[in-house]
Amino acid sequence: MAKGEIVLGCLAPHPPHVVYAENPEQNEPFSEGGWEALRWGYHRLARKLKDIDYDCIVVLTPHWMTYVGTHFLGLERFQNISVDPIFPNLFRYHHDIQVDVELAEAMHDAAAEAGIITKMMRNPDFRVDYGTIVSCHMLNPEWSKPIVTISSNRSTHYYSNEVMNEQAAALGEAVMKAIEASGKRVVLVASHSLSHRHFVTEAPLPEDMSREHIYNHSQYVWDMKIVQMLREGKTKEVVEILPEMIEQTMAEAEGGGLSWMMAAMGYPDYPAEIYGYQSVIGTGNAIAAWDPNEATREIVL
Amino acid sequence: MSEEPEIVLGFYVPPHPHPLLAPEQNEGWGRLREAFDTCRQRIEETDADLLLIYSTVWPSIVGHQIQAHPKPVFTHVDDDFHFLGSMPYEFRMDSEYAEKFKDSCEARGLHARTVAYDGFPIDTGSVVALKLLNPDNRIPACIVSSNVYSNRAEQIVLGKAARDAMSELGKKVVVVVVASLSNRMFTEHIDPSDDRIHSAKDDEWNRKILEFFEDGRLEDISQLSRDIHGQIRVSKVVAYKPAWWMAATMGQHNNYDGEVLAYEALHGAGGAVIQLTPAKGGVGDKEFDEDDVEYYHGDRSVLDKGML
Ligand SMILES: [Fe+2]
Repeated sequence: MAKGEIVLGCLAPHPPHVVYAENPEQNEPFSEGGWEALRWGYHRLARKLKDIDYDCIVVLTPHWMTYVGTHFLGLERFQNISVDPIFPNLFRYHHDIQVDVELAEAMHDAAAEAGIITKMMRNPDFRVDYGTIVSCHMLNPEWSKPIVTISSNRSTHYYSNEVMNEQAAALGEAVMKAIEASGKRVVLVASHSLSHRHFVTEAPLPEDMSREHIYNHSQYVWDMKIVQMLREGKTKEVVEILPEMIEQTMAEAEGGGLSWMMAAMGYPDYPAEIYGYQSVIGTGNAIAAWDPNEATREIVL
Repeated sequence: MSEEPEIVLGFYVPPHPHPLLAPEQNEGWGRLREAFDTCRQRIEETDADLLLIYSTVWPSIVGHQIQAHPKPVFTHVDDDFHFLGSMPYEFRMDSEYAEKFKDSCEARGLHARTVAYDGFPIDTGSVVALKLLNPDNRIPACIVSSNVYSNRAEQIVLGKAARDAMSELGKKVVVVVVASLSNRMFTEHIDPSDDRIHSAKDDEWNRKILEFFEDGRLEDISQLSRDIHGQIRVSKVVAYKPAWWMAATMGQHNNYDGEVLAYEALHGAGGAVIQLTPAKGGVGDKEFDEDDVEYYHGDRSVLDKGML
């Protein structure tokens, strides 16, 4: 069996607004659009993914928050409605998700072997979080591939951003080992935004783009700093300054997604592909991808 | 508002699913369950016609969300403790109160909205409280969220808005706060028989807070919120808010008969079932420092003035 590999890593923010704006048949509310800079970026990345041969998408999501260890989806199918607890007016999405349980178990076992507290999630009534659903819908609207969701252990809250970074890195290395042993071709997804301060009020028409802007300039400057470093291939440095960035911007990277993915990919030193940046209800969202294949790697934006 | 609302009982209960799903696995969880059951009986003995829940485990961002679905039906599973089982529910909500509460929030300068969507994820704490305290939906309920960015002034005005709506509709209310005391859990999976409060420090603080509750000193606990947050709360949110809201909603004083029905560990966190009954004839101890205690103008921007 050939060694498994990561064929793409994606920073894929999950504001439900982007799915709402797309009006897919799975989502109940109707919109007049909005947030095109993100959506069009996602469309382009989804087209790229279609040309990549892969078996499974593995998502680390900050909206499955676990305080007791790191959990993995452990049943083959989850069919339900996902209603966003924060934006139920925008996101009521009927989903039918296939899970690669074999890979989930392999990652669980590798993480446990590395000393990480782990748990398989085997309750059939469990509702998959909306971060997973939004990121996966935007990357693969046909849902043509199985996924694995990994929960976000809240070590930032329980300890510190630095401890989060270390634990996420250990998880990333363990996940990589499991992928290699599996022989599978895997797309990794860190499902989160960058700066993460929200407005606490909403426009009467949420997609009214005349109302959308970053929460404040400081958030914007941090976001641009990170995007620039990613363009320059400075992923190790980005992970090293994340604790500071999280502190200053309430960045959603606190859930460990980017730190986990960069560790799993061995801290790429080649340029990230940048697909878009836009604010959503004040938060800063960048779509980026890391393509280990130099032949297909592009400068997108 | 001229009329004071009639609040018949107040409860402070833990958000974890163990007392509902696994009371037999640990003696302490069983005692918490018994305490819930006692509270349920006491609620049944009142003529309350509204059960209002404030849940610290229902976060909101866009203002304050108020559950208004007349009959939410779903099967809930906890993010961490999914292995303890599922929580199917069908509740009866007081949509009229929810709307009035929202209007009262807006009248006091707060951004608020009702939510009434099939499949909306009602949080573990609210599900546990409603299933154990009001299992037959005898009393219509309402749930209000805890805004992640809000702080003391906003929480207190939110409580006042809850009172306004109670007065206007002439409700007799049971107020329920869903919150841990110390909220640090073990980060490992434990054998249920090994459960204990995470640290001696958490335990000591919890017991001190319980002394205040037993003395009925709700407003004093409210005033201690920042200390409590710094000492025994994991920094998930900006502040320990439930006592602010509870005191503002029940009336900002210390005139209660307090009773701690149980205090036990829940995977390391401090879980207590506490009853507060409004008393007559005590001495109040109000202490305000806001410029305007009746209308929310936002948190005070003290730094702005330094820039003049
Ligand atoms: Fe998010």
